[in-house]
Amino acid sequence: MVSLLNPDRPPVFCPGCSHDRSLKALDQAFQKMGLEGSDVVIVSDIGCSGLFDTFFNTHALHGLHGRALTYGAGIKLAQPQLKVVVTMGDGGLGIGGAHLLAACRRNLDLTLLVLNNFNFGMTGGQFSCTTPEQASVASGFLNVLEKPMDVCTVAASGGAPFVVRASVYKKELSKLLVEAISFDGFSVVDLWGICPARYLKRNPLSPKDIEAAIMELPPFEGVVAANERREYGSHYREKSDGESAAPDWRGIEKAFEPPVKARREVVLLGTAGERVITAGTLLAHAAILAGMHITQKNDYNITIMRGPSVTEIIVSPEPISYTGVEQPDVIVALSEEGVRRGWDLFSKVGAEGRVILSAGVKIPATAGQILETDFKVEGIKKKERALAALTLLAKSGDPVTLEMLREAISQSFHGKRREEAQNVLERAAEIPVDARTQSK
Amino acid sequence: MGLLFIDGNQAVAMGATHAGCRFFAAYPITPASTLLEAMLEILPAAGGVVLQGEDEIASIGYCLGASMAGLKAMTATSGPGLSLCSENISFAIAGEIPLVIVDVMRQGPSTGSATRGADGDIQFMRWGSSGGLPVIVLAPTDVSDCFTLTANGFNLAEKFRCPVFIASNKEIGMTRETLDMETVEKPEVIDRAPHTSGQFVPFQVKAGEDVPPFLPIGGPIPVRQTSSTHGPDGYITTKPFEIQASVERLQRKIEASVSSFSYFDLEKMEGARILIVVYGVTARAARAAAAELLRDLQTPVSLLVLKTLWPVPEEVLRVAAEGMERVLVVEMNLGQYVHEVRRVLAKQRVDFYGKMSGQLISPKEIIEEVQRG
Repeated sequence: MVSLLNPDRPPVFCPGCSHDRSLKALDQAFQKMGLEGSDVVIVSDIGCSGLFDTFFNTHALHGLHGRALTYGAGIKLAQPQLKVVVTMGDGGLGIGGAHLLAACRRNLDLTLLVLNNFNFGMTGGQFSCTTPEQASVASGFLNVLEKPMDVCTVAASGGAPFVVRASVYKKELSKLLVEAISFDGFSVVDLWGICPARYLKRNPLSPKDIEAAIMELPPFEGVVAANERREYGSHYREKSDGESAAPDWRGIEKAFEPPVKARREVVLLGTAGERVITAGTLLAHAAILAGMHITQKNDYNITIMRGPSVTEIIVSPEPISYTGVEQPDVIVALSEEGVRRGWDLFSKVGAEGRVILSAGVKIPATAGQILETDFKVEGIKKKERALAALTLLAKSGDPVTLEMLREAISQSFHGKRREEAQNVLERAAEIPVDARTQSK
Repeated sequence: MGLLFIDGNQAVAMGATHAGCRFFAAYPITPASTLLEAMLEILPAAGGVVLQGEDEIASIGYCLGASMAGLKAMTATSGPGLSLCSENISFAIAGEIPLVIVDVMRQGPSTGSATRGADGDIQFMRWGSSGGLPVIVLAPTDVSDCFTLTANGFNLAEKFRCPVFIASNKEIGMTRETLDMETVEKPEVIDRAPHTSGQFVPFQVKAGEDVPPFLPIGGPIPVRQTSSTHGPDGYITTKPFEIQASVERLQRKIEASVSSFSYFDLEKMEGARILIVVYGVTARAARAAAAELLRDLQTPVSLLVLKTLWPVPEEVLRVAAEGMERVLVVEMNLGQYVHEVRRVLAKQRVDFYGKMSGQLISPKEIIEEVQRG
């Protein structure tokens, strides 16, 4: 049983500081567990609790205020054999509250020691998230207005499977710490102590007072049965072992000669739910089957199932530099909100260009040929329209053929989804469409 | 081998995997979220770890812990999330913790527009951490760059023990394009140099070197890491000469080596009197503009596409601009990197064209700007 304290760096806590007791109890716990310095990492953050790592001859990481749990989690996932002990004050707990909750929910095998002395000692004795309302602190009356947080209740309701509240003056504190560190999961130890330099100056507080105050609160003495479950790290490794192999980076092989060896800019203007972007990707896939270069750029609102949905595809025999659409060769106009998003594009379509128009959708003036279809009359549902419109386009063989589109569907989808898409394509292929120009 | 059809975020994930990334943590944010999806597809199956953090502060924190424990780590976010990462970025600098940070930029300021691109974080990446020490920022223009520069980014992070940014943009990260993996440059993988003999002093550099050898937290020799101002031993120091030497070394190790990682494309045109300086997705419009200027308007312009933005590759800029009557910097913001170009080319005429409207800058706009003379 060898102390892991660093003889060259004796503790420098204020005389009478309870952190001194926590430090020694932690060292005793390490000794009882027969741990060596390389078995342990102390992860600390800002404040007097942040000095802990410097007093031990162990692995150590001292970081930003309130973030110690995040560093500890990264270390534990990378080095699962390590005993990770995180020390935070009540200050760090407050600023890093989201990390406490995440650690409770996650249940990674970390031990959190909250060195709770009810104020920010290092910065002048301001109130923290655990300062009692009646205390006198360096933050004026502000603490009177806020209710202190019960660390243990929060941790237990957050899902921590091991929660203990204890006074640093408790006998056999080290035994308690052994239990917490040995526990296979996230353990929280809320250690109540006295800050003689700040808090005690204005607030009489004795070890007996601390004992009494703890007795008045809900007891937390270790395992929280309702929260017992698999430890995150081992569970993660088990789940990831079951994951499928690495993704396929082989790409799409050339299977067709390009029907048109020219650059084409195709824009689909629709509405969420019409599978506009999926259809765009299918068009891209079909063109890639002929070895063409493609860019696909999408535009949509942050709303998921509502709002315009726009996809812009450039097909080119040469590598594509600029990815914006300047002079569309084809516009597919499926809905008015989509058309509004691409309003300015219509005037840029030349006489050779085409507009595939869903009947009833108002579009601005355009020189392009218009292929209008009443998808509703043809029995094409909303979610089928973008693909059906592409099918009409493919019938012309420019920039892809029906055969290419069929192959793209077959390579992109499986099972029922493939059948559905094939069905849409074959039905749409039967729709007769005549091109016309816009009536003046 | 066929053509891949992937977006820039997927290409970053592939480049990271190539470089040996084994830890990824991020908080979902458009337009970086598809990177989280891509890493989830790759890493667990490869024995790595993906965490969805409770916020961006936690996500970069997880990465710092994992990196110190020996894994190559990456996080990805956009401007609003990068703001939250700031404090931990300076920890990565101070603690010399290798890390790749992908910023898929979107329209700002503030939460801005989630689905609109911009290059508004170019100075923010450089200066958005306390202390003002240098970082490395690499800017891809397409999916191929996303792969190669991310792999280079990991190599630089390992070599110099520092954070490296990948300055992506919604218009790259979420634009899908064809990629022939056989033509993609795949950099040889570099790992951080380990401490091999003698007593381990965590931040002690060898004579004539500026990067301390590494040992992981969790190995047989206890390792200290700290965000506090520290001496070579990793304990707090108050000695002014030791502090000054330390920050100067942190600056020197990044800035003095920039010529070894100045990535750029210089397309010099015979008879050109104008140099366009550009980076990111705008480089593609500039390339199209330069081709059109030559072909249709008989106006040759030279093009410098910078892929290393920070530290500023000053020598590259000087050489490219030599003899030019006019340098035109084009950016998808209101003028950020142009300040660096003006500083470096103080005696030359440097003009700026830029906008930040959520739309790409088009070749036509660049041509008009060139013609404005």
